Amino acid sequence: MSAATENRIDRKLRYGRGMGIERRPGWLAYTLIGVIFVGGAYPLWWSFIIGSSDKSVLADTWPPLLPGGQFWINVGEVFDTIPFWLALGNSIIVSSVITISVILFSTLAGYAFAKLKFRGREGLMVFVIATLAVPTQLGIIPLFMLMKDFGWTGTLGAVIIPTLVTAFGVFFMRQYLVDVIPDELIEAARMDGASMISTFWHVGVPAARPAMAILGLFTFMTAWTDYLWPLLVVPQNPTLQVALSQLQSARYVDYSVVLAGAVLATLPLLVLFVLAGKQLVSGIMAGAVKG
Amino acid sequence: MTSTLTPSAETPTPTPRPAPAKQRPEFRRKLSRFDVKYSPYFYVAPFFVLFGLVGLFPLVYTFVVSLNDWNLLTGPGEWVGLENFTTELSSPLFWNSLFNTFSIFLLSAVPQLIAAVIIAAVLDQNLRAKTFWRLSVILPYIVTPVAVTLIFSNIFGEKYGLVNNMLDVIGLDPVMWKTETLPSHIAIATMVNWRWTGYNALILLAAMQAVPRDVHESAALDGAGAARRFFSITIPSIRPTLIFVIITATIGGLQIFTEPKLFNATSSIPGGPQRQYQTTVLYLWDLAFNRQEFGRASAVAWILFLIIVAFGLLNFWLSRRIASSEARSIKKRSSKRLARYRTQREAEIDTLVAVPGAFAPGETPIPLERDDDPDDRPGTTDKEGAR
Repeated sequence: MSAATENRIDRKLRYGRGMGIERRPGWLAYTLIGVIFVGGAYPLWWSFIIGSSDKSVLADTWPPLLPGGQFWINVGEVFDTIPFWLALGNSIIVSSVITISVILFSTLAGYAFAKLKFRGREGLMVFVIATLAVPTQLGIIPLFMLMKDFGWTGTLGAVIIPTLVTAFGVFFMRQYLVDVIPDELIEAARMDGASMISTFWHVGVPAARPAMAILGLFTFMTAWTDYLWPLLVVPQNPTLQVALSQLQSARYVDYSVVLAGAVLATLPLLVLFVLAGKQLVSGIMAGAVKG
Repeated sequence: MTSTLTPSAETPTPTPRPAPAKQRPEFRRKLSRFDVKYSPYFYVAPFFVLFGLVGLFPLVYTFVVSLNDWNLLTGPGEWVGLENFTTELSSPLFWNSLFNTFSIFLLSAVPQLIAAVIIAAVLDQNLRAKTFWRLSVILPYIVTPVAVTLIFSNIFGEKYGLVNNMLDVIGLDPVMWKTETLPSHIAIATMVNWRWTGYNALILLAAMQAVPRDVHESAALDGAGAARRFFSITIPSIRPTLIFVIITATIGGLQIFTEPKLFNATSSIPGGPQRQYQTTVLYLWDLAFNRQEFGRASAVAWILFLIIVAFGLLNFWLSRRIASSEARSIKKRSSKRLARYRTQREAEIDTLVAVPGAFAPGETPIPLERDDDPDDRPGTTDKEGAR
């Protein structure tokens, strides 16, 4: 290669690098992402403003820029209208039990699918993948009849039972564990005389911990946000979402109170967001690559 | 990787192996073999048993219910065969709900995907305060659908809503968000988009980051601009993830319930006074739990189930087709290039062979591997094909 072409390529290289790979993006990118940020955050901020003001501000053309001083008065109204603390407690119980159960059974099954050999493994795994896309929510009618026959309606058990396991959980754990545990590790544990279950406990579970945390976070979110099923089985002993929706069905709707309730119910997840936001981001991104 | 390896330090059970019990070695061996052979089944059994009981059985049993004139009060009525299905398929209310579902689905899925791809592309740049921006796009995701609906049914209020106030400021007539069909669909789609766009953008961002940087770099070297790189490298390489996002959006979108249910609390009919935004799951819910028509509601559930499954399969089939036809065209394109390259090279070699020792004919490099000659380099799509 002649010195002239070398020089040309060298220039091109520098040119290419300068033209957009490592360079910081311009103002356009920041404007765009800034608009997205405002669009995402403003409805929440607006809710807080209205929720902390007298209901008369709704009639103003321009909403006030800063919150008013009525938030706790409106929250008091919320407490008078719906059983907020009962609902919060119910939601915490329901979501926690579902999360623990999904993590436990998904890790067990995912570990078996990823690392153990047994007859029918491939067939059963295909079954799990196929059921990923099955909308089980459409089975609510017989499920409701069953709960009614058993006399479980009105109890938290009725909310919990239908989501004790998810196909996604098994699939997710399997995908994670298949690369993460070296087969030699399991063999070594077996050689040392560990039983299958203690191998699972001492090799599988520690390796699975990061994925368990992500799965738990998302299972908790899903259980927390569910509305259709709890509305059917526990309207009188509500979860937080059901109670929140009842705020609006009062005969006379005071939107300041409704929005104060919406903000109040969002606070626990806002705290979670502040504490575990980074895990949430990496969880969403990890799920994408694995799924 | 390091974190996953740490457990190994504690795994070899420190307890010394118990001395083999001399009297019953046979039993221990049998026990151990039993353990190895059947343990896996015990580990997967809880999932299959529970999933079968609470996931699949109700779905299958829905079909049984749909074949009866089943009522909440009278219990299983008489066997009516497929009558519930024909009733529903000829019911204008059912078709109305299906139309609303698809209208809202398209209004939410299409803009959402486009926006998510753009946001992901922006996040994929070398932004300052990366983590902050990533966090900011999923802020709406932590607001539950019920709270989202309460907030947005205010924003889209007809009398004092934020949107109508703003329209008033710029001198436009207020829009009847809760009484007209298309505006109500737009309002509901907005709620879905608000909550999910950032979430999907992060999924797509992850896929974009999996594209090796040097692919972009060499394309830039070849003179491809940012737009060209986006359409020729980024989009093709995130296609599997895009399909994944589309499938999940379809499964969720066709079952939308919370938003239309709570959009207008003053309407006594779920889904608007004239059912302007009554979606299929809302219609099903109304049929089953307000009008106690379990048989007909089950028929609706099964029709919707079949539609969702059909969509899933269609997506799957389409993506397979795209992938295979692409592989074929890449093969054709690269073989053409290979042939062109060979004749060119042979011509070069002919001239070179004239100079003894300058070039050994056997050393012709495979064109796909070459990186030095930008003009003859195969396009980036070939790289994808090679994967």
